[in-house]
Amino acid sequence: MNPAFSVIFLTTLIGVGQGMFLAMFTGQSYSALELLPLQNGAGFYGAGSFIALAFLVAGLVASFFHLGRPERAWRSAAQWRTSWLSREVLALPALMGLVFVYALMHYLGWDILLFSSRAGARLQLTLVVGVLGMLMTFVLFVCTGMIYAGIKFLQEWASPLTVVNYILLGTASGFTLSTAFASVSAPELMRFYGIWTLIITLFAFCSRGLSLLRNARIKAKSTIQTAIGIRHSKIEQKSMGFMAGAMTTRDFFHHQTQWFLKNVKWVFLVLTFPLPMLLLWIGMENESTYLLLAAFIVQYLGLIAERWFFFAQANHPQNLYYQTVS
Amino acid sequence: MTQLALVIDLNVCVGCHACVTSCKEWNTSGSAGFLVDENPYDKDPTGTFFNRVQTFEVGEYPNTETVHFPKSCLHCEDPPCVPVCPTGASYKREQDGIVLVDYDKCIGCRYCSWACPYGMREIDEKQKVMKKCTLCVDRIYDESLPESERKPACVLACPTNARLFGDVHDSESEVSVAIREQGGYTLMPEWGTKPANHYLPRRRNRKYIHDDELVRADNPLKKEQRGPSAPVDEPTLDDSTSW
Repeated sequence: MNPAFSVIFLTTLIGVGQGMFLAMFTGQSYSALELLPLQNGAGFYGAGSFIALAFLVAGLVASFFHLGRPERAWRSAAQWRTSWLSREVLALPALMGLVFVYALMHYLGWDILLFSSRAGARLQLTLVVGVLGMLMTFVLFVCTGMIYAGIKFLQEWASPLTVVNYILLGTASGFTLSTAFASVSAPELMRFYGIWTLIITLFAFCSRGLSLLRNARIKAKSTIQTAIGIRHSKIEQKSMGFMAGAMTTRDFFHHQTQWFLKNVKWVFLVLTFPLPMLLLWIGMENESTYLLLAAFIVQYLGLIAERWFFFAQANHPQNLYYQTVS
Repeated sequence: MTQLALVIDLNVCVGCHACVTSCKEWNTSGSAGFLVDENPYDKDPTGTFFNRVQTFEVGEYPNTETVHFPKSCLHCEDPPCVPVCPTGASYKREQDGIVLVDYDKCIGCRYCSWACPYGMREIDEKQKVMKKCTLCVDRIYDESLPESERKPACVLACPTNARLFGDVHDSESEVSVAIREQGGYTLMPEWGTKPANHYLPRRRNRKYIHDDELVRADNPLKKEQRGPSAPVDEPTLDDSTSW
């Protein structure tokens, strides 16, 4: 496929937003069980969730650049019964609403204690909103992943690993940003987020690595023989029927060399996983916000390369029909 | 239930592209607006077409064969492009099985083009909506046309009659008989899309001549010592009975 930057930014930006919100919610749930010190609602959970919301909004804005007719975007909520894209269109604003409510309640201090145990666990209203937001975050991750995993003849995508990658990569980048954010507004939580970021990034490396291994050994189900239905081992296209440009020759191929593709793979593998982990470790040891922020920026650049590669690697069977101009 | 479709005879197609040009001509003149065609006589022309004729070479020199291969939307019975559409702009008509796009609902997100393994959907870069073969739905039901002309433009244009049009669910229709009797097949059956359009394979007419056909042989009956009986003069049983 030809990677579209609107979709690359959409998926990476909402991934950061979702991960950052999960990080804020995780922090609050730990403190509800008295495993972590409770933070200032407005300064940490509130502000952090507003940052997450900003990323979700930025992703939504990016998605409009992919549409030919953005003024009709509201129509895309209609087919949620069959279309994962439609489900994503519903889940994204739903999550944005929940994150906004969660952030606002923390920011204005609107909270009620619903339940507290003698051992000290406290169930706040904000935590209930957080649980809903957490569930919606995973719904959105699954919708985004299934948009790609659901197209069965794009064999590089049609795997549960695609969904797992979206979940882990998005969460990892959000947690990296949360670590940098915590170093400023809640330094005692920096290590908590830092260690979780390292663990999640490691898991993301494993699942992305697995999908790379899987994709390296894929055997294409469609061949030129099944495409035109002629049984002969040697068939060559002599003409695709036109010399002008067309969507079918533009949208389904990355138009780069294999050399370029291979290098993007190594670039994203280094930028998304070991380099930010190293920066994160040094940043935590030196309590340097700049290094932690650098870790996030490097990882985000890595994710852009990762998403570019994700699209470029998918080989659409329609390309069998468009191999030779004349 | 009706399922209109094309049956394309690869044995007859000569690759003249008449179906491509007549398709473009009809569909750029219709009520749905132009079919984009930018810089047609200039550098970097680009445009949207519903129908293409491709050329393949099968085999290795000197045993090669050129196959001209017209391709347009296959109007799948289980179209993967329809359920993925987020707006419902893509739909399959109940009454005749034609897969259509509602140009007023399409948001141009291109997801349906990803979901078509055959590459039969193209975005109109001017109107910014997805377009595809309509089986000339604005023509085949037009009662102001004489009945013989109520067929897709590509079918009418084909000089060799390589394109048949009809209902593939009616077992006795011209298209069903052609599929049944001439080995009609579908493209990429591995994805279970059940295309309604079928292709009739290349067929070579061969005459196999055996050695004994080249050598004048004696009447074999004579060899077996059982020559034909001589004509009879007396009346036979056949003359007097009616059985």
